[in-house]
Amino acid sequence: MREPDTIVIGAGTVGAAIAWGLARGGQQVLVLDGGDTDFRAARANFGLVWVQGKGPGMPAYQRLTRQSADLWPAFLRDLAEVSGGVQVDYERRGGIALTFGDTGHDQRRALIARLEAERLADDPASGATDIEMIDRRALQGLLPDLPLGATVSGASFCWRDGHVNPLHLLASLHAGFQRLGGDLRGNTRVSAIRPEAGGFAVTSDRGTWRAARVVIAAGIASPALARQLGLEVPIRAERGQVLVTQRIAPVLPYPCSGLRQTADGTIMIGATKENVGEDVSTSVRASGWLARKTVDISPDFARLQLVRHWSGLRSLSPDGCPVYVQSADHPGAFVAGCHSGVTLAAVHAARLAPAIASGTLSPAFDPFHNRRFHVQAAS
Amino acid sequence: MFKPLADPARRAVPVFVDGVETPAQEGETVAALLLRVPPHIARHTPVQETPRAPYCLMGVCFDCLATVDGETSVQTCLVEVRPGMRIERPRGKLRITA
Amino acid sequence: MNSGHDILIVGAGPAGMAAAIELRRLGLMPLVVDEQPRPGGQIWRDVERQRPDVLRRALGPDYAAGADMVARFRASGAEYRPGTRMWHIERGLRVFLSQDGQAFLAEPRALVLATGAQERPAPLPGWTLPGVMTVGAAQILMKGSGQIPDRPVWIAGSGPLPILYMRQLLAAGGQIAGYLDTTPAGAARRALPQIGGALRGWGDLRKGLGWLRDLRAAGLRLQRGIRDLAAEGETRLEAICYRTADGRSHRVAADLLLVHEGVVPSVHATLSVEAPHVWDAGQGALRPVLDDWGMTGIDGLFVAGDGAGIAGARAAVARGRLAAQGIAARLGRPATADAIAATRAELRAATAARGFLDAVYPPPDTPIADDTIVCRCEELTAGEIRAAARIHRGGPNQVKAVTRCGMGPCQGRQCGYTVNRLLAETYGQTPAETGFFRIRPPLRPVTLRELAALEEGREAP
Repeated sequence: MREPDTIVIGAGTVGAAIAWGLARGGQQVLVLDGGDTDFRAARANFGLVWVQGKGPGMPAYQRLTRQSADLWPAFLRDLAEVSGGVQVDYERRGGIALTFGDTGHDQRRALIARLEAERLADDPASGATDIEMIDRRALQGLLPDLPLGATVSGASFCWRDGHVNPLHLLASLHAGFQRLGGDLRGNTRVSAIRPEAGGFAVTSDRGTWRAARVVIAAGIASPALARQLGLEVPIRAERGQVLVTQRIAPVLPYPCSGLRQTADGTIMIGATKENVGEDVSTSVRASGWLARKTVDISPDFARLQLVRHWSGLRSLSPDGCPVYVQSADHPGAFVAGCHSGVTLAAVHAARLAPAIASGTLSPAFDPFHNRRFHVQAAS
Repeated sequence: MFKPLADPARRAVPVFVDGVETPAQEGETVAALLLRVPPHIARHTPVQETPRAPYCLMGVCFDCLATVDGETSVQTCLVEVRPGMRIERPRGKLRITA
Repeated sequence: MNSGHDILIVGAGPAGMAAAIELRRLGLMPLVVDEQPRPGGQIWRDVERQRPDVLRRALGPDYAAGADMVARFRASGAEYRPGTRMWHIERGLRVFLSQDGQAFLAEPRALVLATGAQERPAPLPGWTLPGVMTVGAAQILMKGSGQIPDRPVWIAGSGPLPILYMRQLLAAGGQIAGYLDTTPAGAARRALPQIGGALRGWGDLRKGLGWLRDLRAAGLRLQRGIRDLAAEGETRLEAICYRTADGRSHRVAADLLLVHEGVVPSVHATLSVEAPHVWDAGQGALRPVLDDWGMTGIDGLFVAGDGAGIAGARAAVARGRLAAQGIAARLGRPATADAIAATRAELRAATAARGFLDAVYPPPDTPIADDTIVCRCEELTAGEIRAAARIHRGGPNQVKAVTRCGMGPCQGRQCGYTVNRLLAETYGQTPAETGFFRIRPPLRPVTLRELAALEEGREAP
């Protein structure tokens, strides 16, 4: 293999999408992945390609999310073209965020109104709305096979939302960038990144590699690596526990926030948000609570069997929005971190990767610079 | 495939397999009964709908899953027959709504 | 609902019953749960039942001896809940169980896992066809429901169990079409260094050799060094194919094939709480690291019986008693030094021949063809696992994520060791380096109704 143009640290959904985008742009890419039992948000992902409700107070994130959702079909076509077909169970028929009680419905309406106002203030030319509030009867019409529980009051419905099998997506990205000549090294834990003349030396327990550019996309392991290059990236772990049931015949034609039926027929139920540090144990407090929520949505779910229960760690910045930054001291070193790696996979491949390849993050990525946290910390 | 040895001490227990009244033996598991009832299977899988019969009979293979008295995916090797029990051998994915 | 017991024993086989009897003797009150409807475990399954003479004689004196143990367990006064399944263990020994569709919590100060062993999954082409079962399954049918194959049956594999079952089957009036011994050639020779231990455990070995002699005298057709065993059929078993030691291929009609490739400890529960385990190269399996009372690396969590490493029923009884004595000492009711010494001596005697048996019957090493199903639940083949390994270069958990292998209801009980072996072969690593699936709850499926009824989930975590 010739020396890589770029080394990507992390083969999760974020790293793999960037590596795919770089390879698609003609770069020679080396991706270094950690151990089998490392924390892996990509392995615990829920699989929503989701727009609604995201980015209050951060219209740039709303915009990025919408842009990525719209890039998804072309992104998949491209991936399929290179790989000779992909099977990722992608669907985009719209998504549902359920509401409970009158208060829940009113709160959701208020959030949606705020997001719409922020969107139009940010970009008056961003088009018509993609979301509407629907009442219980309309919701039951969308979900005819599922008798709704008594407390369900309605939903917001966004046509831009969809879902995908996140594990198949990850597998396809891995296969795709290798097909373009990229190299994936598994079970390789990076310990040091050292700037040198003309680039960086990346050292792991399995050897040292050199490249002109390096992208840190290692989830919650990113802050420690970024610090070696003088970058403070405040990404922390948030635990999410998810349940999966046995396979059943189709009952849920649309993905819902916290509930979706996969193409395999299983029902995925999620997810908790727990600030417990780097702990991926599971609790019955979580499975009990998630089961209650699900039976509240429809009592018909009560007879389903829980087959799997896992927990993963989201990588979250303080405002929950992505971080994209190039080191000022060491140009050529980039950090990319976010918790919506599936939704943003298309924009990472089609926009972020070319920006990294060009050596300059375009102004569209400015709002995601890590300096925003330092300003907050100083004020 | 299997035949029961004559055992006068065991009473017959009437159960229903896919709606058909079937004599089981007192004290045997549902899986043991299913191995005597043609076509000697417990289910068709929800993945590719291939037929499966009980394989391990000790609770670790999950190939003897069937619906028992309305409860789905019961490990039938762990449950003894009861008079009037209704056993259904699933074909493919479970339907939760009528 | 909390069970309110200081000691919880999971499993009512030899180890669990022995632990319960000893704890009662020392004045302690355990709760014993078991997923079977009756006590005895697999070895003494349904031993309390009155049987026709022919079946009683066929099952033999070692089986009948279990009736005494079960009677003493019943009389011990230990609280016993059959039909009860453990599905989640949280840190701090919070154990979640279900009985009759109702979930409940036990918070014991000591937990004994006496969940025994399972037959080693032995994938071969066509092993998911109805008509292919394990030898253990057939033996359970004989014990539990008095059923035997209605036609001459093919038996294939390795280890003591097929020999025992064939002897029982013939005595019960059954017929054997042939025994295809898959034990790797040369295993007996490699076992010679272990002969010292074997001589100390002579009784069991002599019994086994006697059974084999009886079987041959009864005209058993035994073929050694069998390779490339395969089951064929459309919707059920129609024929079996195999290659004999002379290199010739055979295909014979069959409607029932019983297979067995040894047994492995059941480790899902101890793996789920991340207790330390080691790879036992002799048995080709994981086992929990235990102190000399049988306690794992997790305080208060004990393992007794074959779950501690395969050693058979006699050793299981000794281990159960030893765990009970260890727990009693922790709870301020120590057994006498003599009683403890006697238990340890019994355990040594019961395990003396084990190294020899492991060497005589090593884990199978026949190549696994690409089109052989590895994961019965998700219907995935060895070829699919190998392809995933080549593309993603990951360990068992990454391969699980991209293929779904191990994600079905059995939670990797039927594919875990095969995936370990395929990845070790692909990467040129040892099984120990390759690692195993991370085991997650539920250890058994549980309904959302049971979960939702628990107090635990009233508030968001």
